[in-house]
Amino acid sequence: MAGKSVGKEVSANTASTRRGAINQSVTFREKSDSYFQHHRSVAKDSVQRLWFHPIASLMTLAVIAIALALPSGFYLLLKNAQVVTQNWDGRAQISLFLSDTVSEEQGVELGKALKKNNDIEKTEFISKEQALKEFEDVSGLKNVMGGLSENPLPSVIVVYPKSTEPEFLDNLQSQLANKPGVDLAQLDSQWVQRLYSILKLGQRIVGALAIGLVLAVLLVVVNTIGLAIENRKDEIIITKLVGATDSFVRRPFLYTGVWYGLGGGVLALMTINAFLLWLNSPVNELAVLYGAHFSLSGLGFLNSFGLLFCASFLGLLGAWMAVGRHLREIEPH
Amino acid sequence: MIRFEQVSKRYSNGHDALKQVDFHLQSGEMSFLTGHSGAGKSTLLKLIMLIEKASQGQVVFNQQNLANFNRRNVALYRRRIGMVYQNHQLLFDRTVYDNVALPLIIAGYNERDMGRRVRAALDKVGLLSKEKLNPVSLSGGEQQRVGIARAVVNKPALLLADEPTGNLDPGLSAEIMDIFEQFSQVGVAVMIATHDLALISRYEHRLLVLENGQLIKDDGAENV
Repeated sequence: MAGKSVGKEVSANTASTRRGAINQSVTFREKSDSYFQHHRSVAKDSVQRLWFHPIASLMTLAVIAIALALPSGFYLLLKNAQVVTQNWDGRAQISLFLSDTVSEEQGVELGKALKKNNDIEKTEFISKEQALKEFEDVSGLKNVMGGLSENPLPSVIVVYPKSTEPEFLDNLQSQLANKPGVDLAQLDSQWVQRLYSILKLGQRIVGALAIGLVLAVLLVVVNTIGLAIENRKDEIIITKLVGATDSFVRRPFLYTGVWYGLGGGVLALMTINAFLLWLNSPVNELAVLYGAHFSLSGLGFLNSFGLLFCASFLGLLGAWMAVGRHLREIEPH
Repeated sequence: MIRFEQVSKRYSNGHDALKQVDFHLQSGEMSFLTGHSGAGKSTLLKLIMLIEKASQGQVVFNQQNLANFNRRNVALYRRRIGMVYQNHQLLFDRTVYDNVALPLIIAGYNERDMGRRVRAALDKVGLLSKEKLNPVSLSGGEQQRVGIARAVVNKPALLLADEPTGNLDPGLSAEIMDIFEQFSQVGVAVMIATHDLALISRYEHRLLVLENGQLIKDDGAENV
């Protein structure tokens, strides 16, 4: 060791010059250096402890991972469902299918006339030709439609009502259905609204699930760390006898908690991504069948990072709770 | 250094372990504490270690009343006391070196100083060659000496020993006593609780005798 003789000198000085009321024989610089050194070694040591009991650690990590992956996975599915439905207007619409006897000019006129109605926000006229083109685009059935000798689609006036109240809509629908030239008035917002309600319900359920499972993660960590503390009771007593502060005793357990959280978070991310990968090709196939292009979106960098951060924080919080409960009980006697 | 002023200790079960004990141990003073089992030796050491608090009276360390210490101060105070336990209180999940280094890790030493001090302490108790072993593989006497090395490694102001020579043969006991005497010569107050009357008679040190919780003999009292 090259620095051995120098070290001797330095510490001889500090030992003789620093004699406070209560132990102060180490300089601040030395203290802060060794503080970080100590943190590093505690962090390493707590990982090693998990490593030495791989089965037990893995089981705890798996429980945490499942509890984290479930709400995150559901959240992801909901988010994707919302992307699909984003293109649809959540507002109610009434489609008026016009009879073939109504010409395009008459249809436009009818649309303008309806706009004067106080219950109607706006109207939109879609001619037979526009309707056909739109249908071909959306359905991907262009070739099939091309084979037809004449356009089977009617002209449509899309009516946007001012309110989305079900009773109001029903009244408006029957009122519009009786207009001359209107074959059929279809309230076609209902299923979209239902879907929205289902999604909203889904969000609530995922929220409740998340709260429940976050609590589960906390309890698992509290319990696991609590056991670890019990197992190291003798060590805690001895370190307290040779002058360990509460924070010194706490530190390894807090690190253990963070590792549990972080490890569980990483496992959860892996699970979610594997699940997405598994779903992605059937979803793509399905989308292609509908002539659309859609692929599942993952958690993304920010959300993944957020998940890991939250998981680590939960681990830390759980460890803190466990340590708070046990630490004062374990005293030399 | 450490002063007991009319200290009594009554445990929650009503047992009076110490009754109005008065003494003052100076820096560099070496003393024996004796008395038969249940006389209050362990309680007295526990009061000094702040494992227990006095029911009445004061225990004063360097003008500081121990009763006023908060949790953090208790920890910092214990770093200035080296204690050798009868049952060694070693950690069997780490090496001899790491056991002895524990007080230094807690006090925040860097690795270089730590290595030097730990090896100096192990050298003093003749265990330098065994630093990498686990204490489990050592004999009772060697474990005792590891405990002593750990007690002295942080250069305590006060060194307490509970039956430190209990497991040692006379030759080793003498070596251990030499170590304690060396410490007292550099200003460390030393208190050795022991049953070993032969050991006590071999040395000319202050003798405190407890009986039923009372200090019935203190041949150093006139120095106070």
